[in-house]
Amino acid sequence: MANVLTVDDSVSLRKLVANTLASAGHQVAEASNGAEALDVIKTRTFNLIISDINMPVMDGLTFIKHVRVLAAYKFTPILVLTTEMDPAKKKVAKESGATGWLVKPFDPEQLLNTIRKVLG
Amino acid sequence: MTNRLADIQQQLMGTFIEEAVEALTQIESGLLALEKCQDDPGRIHELVNDVFRAAHSIKGGAATFGLTQVAEVAHHAETLLDRLRSGSMKPNAQITSLLLTSVDALRALVQWSNAGDGSDAPSTGELCKDLDAAAQQLGGSSEREAAAATKPASEAKKTHYRIKFVPKPDMLTTGNDAVRLLRELTLLGDTKVSVDSARLPELRELELTKCYLGWTIELEGTVTRAQIDEVFSWVDDDAEINIEELVATLTPSMPALPKVERAHDPVARGPEHGADRDGGGSIRVGVGKLDMLMNMVGELVITQSILGEIEGDGPIEAKRLASLRDGLALLARNTRALQESVMSLRSMPIGTVLSRFPRLVHDLSRQLGKQVELKLSGQTTEVDKTVLEKLGDPLTHLVRNSLDHGIEKPEVRRARGKPETGTLSIRAFHRGGDIVVELEDDGGGLDLVKILSRAKERGLVGQEDVLSDDQIRELIFAPGFSTAEVVSDVSGRGVGMDVVRRNIKAIGGHIQMSSVLGQGTRTTLRLPLTLAIIDGQLVGVGSYTYVVPLLSILESVEINRSRVSQFEGKLPLYRLREDLVPIVSLGGVLGVTSGRISLDSGLLVVVETDGERLGLLVDELQAQQQVVVKSLETNYEHVEGLAGATILGDGSIALILDVQGIARLARSARNASVGRAA
Repeated sequence: MANVLTVDDSVSLRKLVANTLASAGHQVAEASNGAEALDVIKTRTFNLIISDINMPVMDGLTFIKHVRVLAAYKFTPILVLTTEMDPAKKKVAKESGATGWLVKPFDPEQLLNTIRKVLG
Repeated sequence: MTNRLADIQQQLMGTFIEEAVEALTQIESGLLALEKCQDDPGRIHELVNDVFRAAHSIKGGAATFGLTQVAEVAHHAETLLDRLRSGSMKPNAQITSLLLTSVDALRALVQWSNAGDGSDAPSTGELCKDLDAAAQQLGGSSEREAAAATKPASEAKKTHYRIKFVPKPDMLTTGNDAVRLLRELTLLGDTKVSVDSARLPELRELELTKCYLGWTIELEGTVTRAQIDEVFSWVDDDAEINIEELVATLTPSMPALPKVERAHDPVARGPEHGADRDGGGSIRVGVGKLDMLMNMVGELVITQSILGEIEGDGPIEAKRLASLRDGLALLARNTRALQESVMSLRSMPIGTVLSRFPRLVHDLSRQLGKQVELKLSGQTTEVDKTVLEKLGDPLTHLVRNSLDHGIEKPEVRRARGKPETGTLSIRAFHRGGDIVVELEDDGGGLDLVKILSRAKERGLVGQEDVLSDDQIRELIFAPGFSTAEVVSDVSGRGVGMDVVRRNIKAIGGHIQMSSVLGQGTRTTLRLPLTLAIIDGQLVGVGSYTYVVPLLSILESVEINRSRVSQFEGKLPLYRLREDLVPIVSLGGVLGVTSGRISLDSGLLVVVETDGERLGLLVDELQAQQQVVVKSLETNYEHVEGLAGATILGDGSIALILDVQGIARLARSARNASVGRAA
């Protein structure tokens, strides 16, 4: 099972991701914004990061840029949670280093399906 | 599995609702701040951004938790905000008020979803149209809607694709694994994969982070083009992807793939929303507070081990006695600290209640044609959650009163030589063991002459009565009193200051008004830190000890026989300076026969309840101390005249008096005796 970090300023959405993944047997850590998440990823290595984009203090895309330059996270799948995904947004997300995205609204089952894709 | 997943979503609904309510408050205060802010582009940008982000997160969360209508209104508001954001524009009054209306609508929708009582959803169609119209006025097309359009459902048919997939060398560094993508394809149907290794360099030139391989995949099955696109959707910019359909045979009888549809229908998910979320049973606690609590418990454990050392047979010699004393002192300190941290767990910043006032003042002052500036301070002052919940209504009433009756219209203010904009300050702070909330306005103040004549009109006082200023001020709190010359829409709705006072008293608080005519009014609320622990005065009646809440005690005097006057069928009266105070023998009322009945000696504890004074006759005054209130209702049953019980230091039980109840008991006993006399 995987070590997953979920980053979201919204407690409800963060817990939704965390509890769903935990129910599937994953180890889940949480952070409420990019800056906090940067601290957390230094404490242990995660196999997957799921981050919201719109967050106070440090937004998701800035966070991902910071993560991607770290040697330990060069190939780690990082998914962004987003409300809409148009070509322009997609481009920005990819350029920041995102692996893929999960479009809100999602339900726990969709989340697990997507995670399965990334983790195998 | 699916059920358990649905449960996860369901359990978090309450959290989302809480968050949505918070975000709405944030939007509201952001909009109000925008209205006030001068043309400072940086500040405007920041505020619009904050408001946008809050609306955006409501939208995402609402959609995820199945509150479609909330998501829809939030979406329309967000579109409008996005226009403002991209233009760094300050919304005009019309747009602000439209957005504020949206906040109200969203709040109503959230409450409606939370209630889940099967009533009709508030309608929001018109509002969405208005929001769109406003967004259109600001220019730009509706490309956001276009992006949100859903893909058409595709038919199931037997298909055969050849897919050429050549990742760019850097694809791996976005976390996309080529092997994973191939595996995805194999899940869709039967695959034949061939690898193209032409780009593979010499081993010593090989870079581990680069991808040199390419693949050709033949895929057969009931696969749609959309499904293949979906597999590659994350990498279509990072790879060369060529999808070619080879044979296409229509097989209409083929069963459709079991496709997982999301329930977008609010009705389908509606009713169960109410579950587990009512009652406000949970509270959010900062981690810092929990750490502190843990720390305190740690200290207690240490203290316990210190005291444990002393345990042992034989007499306690001087050395052990000293460490026993130290240990006990430590225990006392830790217990107090622990008590404080536990109390702080139940506390919430008063700002959660005060935050509603900027909007109220904004709306009310417009409605009344007045200019009012609201100044808030001490929002972080922490108040017990129970106290806080009951503070909202009385405070709202006081704010309404101040705007309606206190602060004058601009022309009146000008004539009085005051600035046209009136000020209402609300301050919250700790003083002694209490929380103080002060409301102060620079309005007209209380007109004592008008109050007195109104009270006479209403028959609250006799035509010839002469009252002190304090007594006149006190009249405001009399039931059925209203000074507004015209009963206005804003306050005079029959709910008067008497209700405010009753509400404040119900949470163990105290309200006081002071005023200077023409200069303003100050209302001071004193509230207890908690309802679970009160300051009590221990009094002895016969062989029993009772606790009188300190808050209700005005003074205690030694009884002087010559000041007692008795009348047939009435409570004896005690002349206390100018006033006559009815005497209630506590022993008599509570049926403690050993208690003092005679009025020759003893002590009178003068208490105030419902604006009326009573002298409680007791044998002796004992210590004043904090007592923990234990409910009689939960442990026994309700007893008139008693508010609860507590355990004293010596382990004995003392009953806590409900002064209001005692007054009622005494009155009914008196009536009964009058009945007998007649």
